Amino acid sequence: MSGEAGLSRRRFLQVIAGTAGALIVGVRAATATATDAPVPLDMLGDALYGLGLYVRIDADGTVLIGARDPDTGTGVATSLPRIIADELDADWQHVRVVPLGLGVTNGNGEPRWMYGQQVGGTGNSMPRAWRDLRAAGALARWLLIQAAAQQLGVPADRLRTEKSMVISPDGRRLRYGELAAAAAKIAPPQNPPATKTPDRYTLIGQPAGDANARDIVTGQTPYSLDQHFGDAVVAVLAHCPWPDGQLDGLDSADALAIKGVLKVIELKPDPKLPPGQTVIAPAVAVIAETTWLALQGRRALKLSWKPGASGNENTGALEQQATSLLNSDSAPTTRVRDDGDVEKAGRKAARRVEATYYQPWLAHAVSEPMNCLVRLDKTSATLYVPTQSPQQAWTVVQRLTGLLPDQIDIRVPRIGGGYGRRLDHDYVAEAVLLAQAIDKPLRLFWPRDEDLTHDYYRSGCVHKFNAIVDSKRHILAWNQRLASASALTGRGISSDRLWTSEVDLNQLPAGFVPNYRSDWFSLTSSIPRGPHRGMPHITNAFAVDSFIDEIAHALKEDPLDTRLRLIGEPRLVPLQGGGAIDTARLVNVLKLVADRISWKDWLRSVNGLGIACWYVDGAYVAHAVEVSMQGEQLTIQRVVCAVDVGRVINPMGLEGQIAGATLDALSNTLNLAITVKDGKVQQSNWKDYPLASMAQLPKTVEVITVPGEGDPIGASFLAMPSAAPALANAVFRVSAVRVRRLPLMKELLRLL
Amino acid sequence: MAQDPAAPAIHETDITPASVRPGIDLQINGEHFRHTGDPQMPLLWYLRDVLRLDGTKYGGEHGEGGADLVLVDGKATSAIGVPMGKLADKQVVTVEGLADAKGVLHPLQQAFIDEDAIGCGYCTPGWLIASMDLLNRRKDPSDSDIDTLPNLCRCGCQTRVRSAIKRAAASMKQGAKA
Repeated sequence: MSGEAGLSRRRFLQVIAGTAGALIVGVRAATATATDAPVPLDMLGDALYGLGLYVRIDADGTVLIGARDPDTGTGVATSLPRIIADELDADWQHVRVVPLGLGVTNGNGEPRWMYGQQVGGTGNSMPRAWRDLRAAGALARWLLIQAAAQQLGVPADRLRTEKSMVISPDGRRLRYGELAAAAAKIAPPQNPPATKTPDRYTLIGQPAGDANARDIVTGQTPYSLDQHFGDAVVAVLAHCPWPDGQLDGLDSADALAIKGVLKVIELKPDPKLPPGQTVIAPAVAVIAETTWLALQGRRALKLSWKPGASGNENTGALEQQATSLLNSDSAPTTRVRDDGDVEKAGRKAARRVEATYYQPWLAHAVSEPMNCLVRLDKTSATLYVPTQSPQQAWTVVQRLTGLLPDQIDIRVPRIGGGYGRRLDHDYVAEAVLLAQAIDKPLRLFWPRDEDLTHDYYRSGCVHKFNAIVDSKRHILAWNQRLASASALTGRGISSDRLWTSEVDLNQLPAGFVPNYRSDWFSLTSSIPRGPHRGMPHITNAFAVDSFIDEIAHALKEDPLDTRLRLIGEPRLVPLQGGGAIDTARLVNVLKLVADRISWKDWLRSVNGLGIACWYVDGAYVAHAVEVSMQGEQLTIQRVVCAVDVGRVINPMGLEGQIAGATLDALSNTLNLAITVKDGKVQQSNWKDYPLASMAQLPKTVEVITVPGEGDPIGASFLAMPSAAPALANAVFRVSAVRVRRLPLMKELLRLL
Repeated sequence: MAQDPAAPAIHETDITPASVRPGIDLQINGEHFRHTGDPQMPLLWYLRDVLRLDGTKYGGEHGEGGADLVLVDGKATSAIGVPMGKLADKQVVTVEGLADAKGVLHPLQQAFIDEDAIGCGYCTPGWLIASMDLLNRRKDPSDSDIDTLPNLCRCGCQTRVRSAIKRAAASMKQGAKA
């Protein structure tokens, strides 16, 4: 028995009776045949993968909820299921959450994505979930109520639900588990049941810890690296230091002499494919029975590599090139925005302020290194992939295997960090190619040095600003010139759109200054680049928010006053491309952090106070930071962050994301830089690339969340942009040193 | 595969003695194991590849970052830094062994849950082990004691871990009084 209710134009919620009286609400592609798709074998038993469903209610009352998007630490494996559970009125204590893995069916050889878009860590899981996942919970609840109405002989509209029970006005209660079997036999309504009004939310807006917390603290949560196929071999790679280089000599005799080392295989990138879809650099793989043997085998390789054109590249030279471009009269690669007339405004200048900021190259530096477990045969591929985008992983596997869409099973367990690294799938290509070459199930494993030296880095960049301030202290003109190497180069993006990964069209203070210009200058580099968390806001917020502080200093005034004057009266400032910035909300987050950190002491405090704010895709964030200096010792005494993200689904999860992103941003800012010399990345371990230690970071991050009624907005990287400039502004107050070059500690110690 | 199967616990009542293969005898989470393979193999790969006790994570080749910490005779030790040959007769505790035999969580584990001191969770086992080591040495750890933890975390869980350690210390003190 089954039926369906519309979820969207292309996808339909489907009701299935599972074994042992389970009610299942899930989805299937609209193009599937009229007959029911077979119930996946796994759905019948206890196995957690291949469920292809959003909700399963078992006769014993257990509610299983599938998490659609990969969780890289963003908390979506908790918050997405809670959205469903709230509509379902499920008892959260008895909800079990499982990662869904990729949902794909075969539509005449083309993939049909069962769950729509599946992507994690890009800030849009929550808005998408809010639009469509509530319907799954609402439908299951509707079916359970209908079943209860039949059993109790009470009209459905007189029944209510609470904590996995249907309750009748006369006090009789039926548990969901008791109703599941009957509910599965009820035909779904023609129109999707209405979702709840906010006054009836029971879980949304209430704090919840990570749904997998108990498993994590007991070491029971398997990441991809912890999955096993009984007979899998292990491949460890040595990549060429230069992505465009080549193998110059290979002696694998010593490696192959190690008992248990099976094979040494050469891999090459496919030059026809964009970065992220093929091998990242020429490589030699050692395949062995165990990880330890493969690592020993890699050590025993005698390898020499020849550089390609990138062998001449140096990050220092790139920066000089950027600086001379910005100081020259050359036309920009793209004039991103040009409001008013910057040049005319410049002629009636009351005061000019100018500054240049330098930010380094960065790595993704995820905690779980690149890996992939793959089993191939003629008619199927099964992979455990730590990916933020299972559909992109599927594309890579399909191209290399030629299998039909639904013959490829991509399983996505919890992931040890993403930050954009796992939107690319070079490591999946490597795993598949090696498994094909050795004709065995295979685990690909990148040791840390490979992970740090072979990445799609964030380009270093230089921002040069000129501002004109009139006699009434209004910023009359803002001219921003930015040079960087686009993250999108070679990725099928037209050359007039390459700036989009580097600068935002609507970033502050665009729309707040009558004459505003933003120019982007493209740098040419062969160092691999790709998407990064919070791009392009982080580099721009650091430069812009530092510069506003410099304007305040030039005006000899409190930088909070400068900012409030710049933002102005409560109003909506339209964004190019639609939407608007609500200045009242922006001012609100600024004032919240200012009040909390006692900004009124800004002038007198022996410690330095710094402030910054930013706007990201409908969400508002501000940071205030207090630092002290003793000799060369910088201590971050306090950090306050206020955010306004619309409706808060899980306040505890949000607080964790905000505190976590703040600390990550501080860590990046304090210490980190990737440098390239003669085309080779110089950093290969946590000592060279020192994430901040416990001692360097503040003891707490005070998070203030603004209650909201609007649709929820993703918050996983929201707190990154304004943290670094607030820190640099605080450092200026305490030390009189304006840090215009990151990483901050190195520059501060140089200038002290 | 060049692995030695996990040896079952030795019971004195076993009647027929198996022929004894030379090896390294050690206790892991209270159970007896005999490693008969390469004594140079780091404990991390023995745990992960041989025993499939996957809670202990790989962080880097030199153990930086602390994801691979385990307790060896009660002291936090990098599992990738210690070869099996050095572990004869040692007591190893991994994250899987922190809860008691009935599955009751250690107050430290409970504190990590209560403070939601978890980001992606990959480095959490290492934080737990380092914190356990600290609590073994200091019943009431100060902020500067906590500052000495060697662990790294890109998700930014440090402030919540700090709260969790303090919460655990308080709860263990109460437990000791009761």
